Amino acid sequence: MFDQILQFLLTGITVGSTYALVGLGFAIIYNASDVVNFSQGEFVMIGAMSAVALSAGDSGLPLWLAAIGAVMITMLVGMALQRFAIAPARGASVVTTIIITIGASIFLRGVALVVWGKDLFPLPHFSGEDPISIGNATLLPQSIWVMGGAAALVFGAHYFFNHTTLGKAILACSCNKKAASLVGINVGIMLLVAYAMSAALGAMAGILVTPITFTSYDTGVMLGLKGFSAAILGGMGNPMGAVAGGLLLGLIESLSAGLISSGYKDAIGFIVLLLVLFFRPSGLFGKASVERV
Amino acid sequence: MKRLGGLSLFALAVALLPFIFPDNYYVTVVAVSAGLHAILAISLNLLMGYAGQISLGHAAFFGIGAYTSAVLTTRYGWNPWPSILVGLAFTGTLAYIVARPILKLKGHYLAMATLGLGIIVHIFIVQMGWLTGGPDGMGGIPTLSVFGWTIDSDERWYVAIGVLLVLVIWLALNIIDSRSGRALRALHGSEVAAEMMGINTAATKTGVFVLAALIASVAGSVFAHQQAFVSPDSFSFFFSIELVTMVVLGGMASTYGAVLGAIILTFLPELLVIFEDYEVMIFGGILMGMMIFLPQGLFIGLKDLLHKLVHKRSNKAKQAASQKENNHGVA
Repeated sequence: MFDQILQFLLTGITVGSTYALVGLGFAIIYNASDVVNFSQGEFVMIGAMSAVALSAGDSGLPLWLAAIGAVMITMLVGMALQRFAIAPARGASVVTTIIITIGASIFLRGVALVVWGKDLFPLPHFSGEDPISIGNATLLPQSIWVMGGAAALVFGAHYFFNHTTLGKAILACSCNKKAASLVGINVGIMLLVAYAMSAALGAMAGILVTPITFTSYDTGVMLGLKGFSAAILGGMGNPMGAVAGGLLLGLIESLSAGLISSGYKDAIGFIVLLLVLFFRPSGLFGKASVERV
Repeated sequence: MKRLGGLSLFALAVALLPFIFPDNYYVTVVAVSAGLHAILAISLNLLMGYAGQISLGHAAFFGIGAYTSAVLTTRYGWNPWPSILVGLAFTGTLAYIVARPILKLKGHYLAMATLGLGIIVHIFIVQMGWLTGGPDGMGGIPTLSVFGWTIDSDERWYVAIGVLLVLVIWLALNIIDSRSGRALRALHGSEVAAEMMGINTAATKTGVFVLAALIASVAGSVFAHQQAFVSPDSFSFFFSIELVTMVVLGGMASTYGAVLGAIILTFLPELLVIFEDYEVMIFGGILMGMMIFLPQGLFIGLKDLLHKLVHKRSNKAKQAASQKENNHGVA
């Protein structure tokens, strides 16, 4: 029993790490521009699919170079999204921006469908496929890559926002755009940087997890929803909360799939999420929002 | 009187359409599903447009209505009408139970909670295969008959759903113009201010949530009988999003806007089919474009545009007139 639970925990943390990265991407864009970006999952898909495309065939790039290229492509997509879809609709209501990003996600999925078709694509494992045993549980080397990669990215993002000028400038924009531009911060560029970062995080999550889960033009949908759930669970606007929310969601899903029923695992994840919201309407680590009257 | 004017015009258009385009696939098939979508969009619009409470899980109530009717009529041999009533009771109870805790949430948290609710219901429909037929769905659902008039052809369904749609529009217009409708709009503006004026905001929000769910449930039952087949795909997260899009695209807080949005979003994919693989991409692009350039929605956006055009002309006239006056002054 203990071994089984250890196995579920390991799986849960692997899955949760991906959710955490997507959730972190949600939080960064939300902080910078008050937009919930429903095409966040498509960043994951584009990153993974581009890496597959760049490394495919005999004349393909080596995996690490393909990964860098894929991240670059996704960052460009992220910046284009900000520049051509979000920026022109400044001042639109929450629902309108939600629909715009949903439109963008359908559009990106459509482009992927035209470019790559409906097939499922793999990426090679980064360092072999021989499972490592921990007690009686096993772990794929790729899972360690996912966990380690996610941890490095999360700490990197934390450092970026708290200890670099650029990161602090983005935070300043999210606090007050007008004040930020008064102290000489170029708000437009900061928004682009935020979207590019968020896209890069999504792309890296996609590349890390694709050797295990494979990818296709529509893998972004469910991941996007999970990332949104993670961000909400942790409290919208709290990046580290989103990471915690992602890990928690991964653990809940994996434990309920193993111990209760794999068919209902997503439902159980959402039921827990709803219960959390009923008792803490601003998520686990979110600040209670105060409405001005 | 004014609100009945628009409605009778709309009813007339619905009635004349089959005579203008007889035996047309778009009228007897696509327009029928557009009518059902319009009913759903109107109900969601009461909640989103007027009360300002976003819901990304409205398809859940549509699905519960449809599956209650489907299960009771096929597995237990019930008559369709009591099944619809049971569906209503079931949906209403569920909506009432979840309404208070869910509607306490605001903004993105409300969006997430309703989205979660929709997905949970969808998963239960898929997983409870012994009752619902699972992912394959269930068929053989009998059709409806009204006082001996069996709705057994596309043309008859057009009539039935047309009548139902007009009734729902009439209901929505009346509610919006009533005391509770004003309460809804007040709490949309500011919940605190509405409470200061003595509106019980929690009860009002719960009321409109339950009402929207009930209308969706009826639409679901009718959908099940019309299609004679239901499958979980029709009630997924994507359909909820589509409904929200209909409301926003048409123009929030406008009943006819919701109808317009439903019509456009039902016909658009039909027309885009010719683009085959490019269909998804074009659909996403159009959706994005319309929301970027007409964030108020089509119905209101077009009205404003018209207004502006007319005003510009009269402004120009005014300017010309005042210039003339100035010239006189100089002279």
